[in-house]
Amino acid sequence: MEQYGLTLAVGIVVGVLARICMLRSDYRHFPGYPHGYVTHISLGFIAASLGAVAVPALVEKEFTAVTFLALAAQQFREIRNMERETLTQLEENELVPRGKDLIEGIARVFESRNYLVIAASLQASFITYFFDVKWAIISSAILIWIFMRYLATGRVVGDIAEVVPSKPYFGYAGYKTLLMIDEVVIMEVGLKEAREKILKESLGVIIKPKDDNARATLHNVGQRQAILHTVASLVGTKREIGELEWSPIARKNIDTGEIALFIVPNEPDIKALIQAVKLTPVLESARTTPLESRPGKMAAD
Amino acid sequence: MSNVTTIGDILAVIVLEEAKNKVAGGAPIFIVWDREEQEKLALLLSKILKAMAHDLENGVFILTRH
Repeated sequence: MEQYGLTLAVGIVVGVLARICMLRSDYRHFPGYPHGYVTHISLGFIAASLGAVAVPALVEKEFTAVTFLALAAQQFREIRNMERETLTQLEENELVPRGKDLIEGIARVFESRNYLVIAASLQASFITYFFDVKWAIISSAILIWIFMRYLATGRVVGDIAEVVPSKPYFGYAGYKTLLMIDEVVIMEVGLKEAREKILKESLGVIIKPKDDNARATLHNVGQRQAILHTVASLVGTKREIGELEWSPIARKNIDTGEIALFIVPNEPDIKALIQAVKLTPVLESARTTPLESRPGKMAAD
Repeated sequence: MSNVTTIGDILAVIVLEEAKNKVAGGAPIFIVWDREEQEKLALLLSKILKAMAHDLENGVFILTRH
């Protein structure tokens, strides 16, 4: 048993380390509370243990031990449910909701990060057992770097679209109460005071998709809601209970696929708004690639 | 926030005296004398009902939730 001590220790340490690194790599630092950290690090520890135990078990020809990994998968699906439920509960009191797609995306990320932890600790204990601790440390460092660099960070809206400022104005087809950005009708504002305040304080941007794939992604309502939520939490919003005039809204220009985004921020800083839009993650569920199919390519030209 | 009304329901209608024949039906109708009173009432009702006022530009305001 003692001969596996080091193997297990290295595996577990690397796994927990990987989990901690991936917890921090989110720009919103979600979960931002100590309890969230405790939960996820403990689950990361369990995942790391499972990964680390696999190598000694196989060496001992205890092949049934592998079934534990199936148990782990079950456990981590539970994490996904847990995250989803928490966020869905909170959604009710959110003035600018995250939207189902973003919640699903976050939940999936938490689940998959635990699989990454298993992979990290598995390789660490494997290399420790068959080679040396030194090599395990080096390979783990590389692996964690790869996880943080490529797997734990997805694409952002800034990668798939250009964001340009566009001043909101009133008036469309003779109706002076319709709020517009570029050529897109945002909403109808009945109260004069509200219209004046919007003209003074609101900001608007146009999100221009770079290609048809991006256009299809931005077409997704969940993706747009995710952008709104991110923007509203980063630059602030004046949205208040019962005051719908200040709701941030994202609408599509049906002819070009561009998204017009309207917001009444706390700080009317257009640069901050553009930054916030750009760093919104592209949701896995929204990401579509019609250009990769033949009809998609044909439709593109 | 519990929502008793469905999204998109018209909660109230504020109509100018001269346009009152343009409206009828399910929602409460407030008849006002002039534009100024209409805007005041629209603001008040939008706060009271936690709804948004929309100007239909034909002498009719409606209040609805989104």
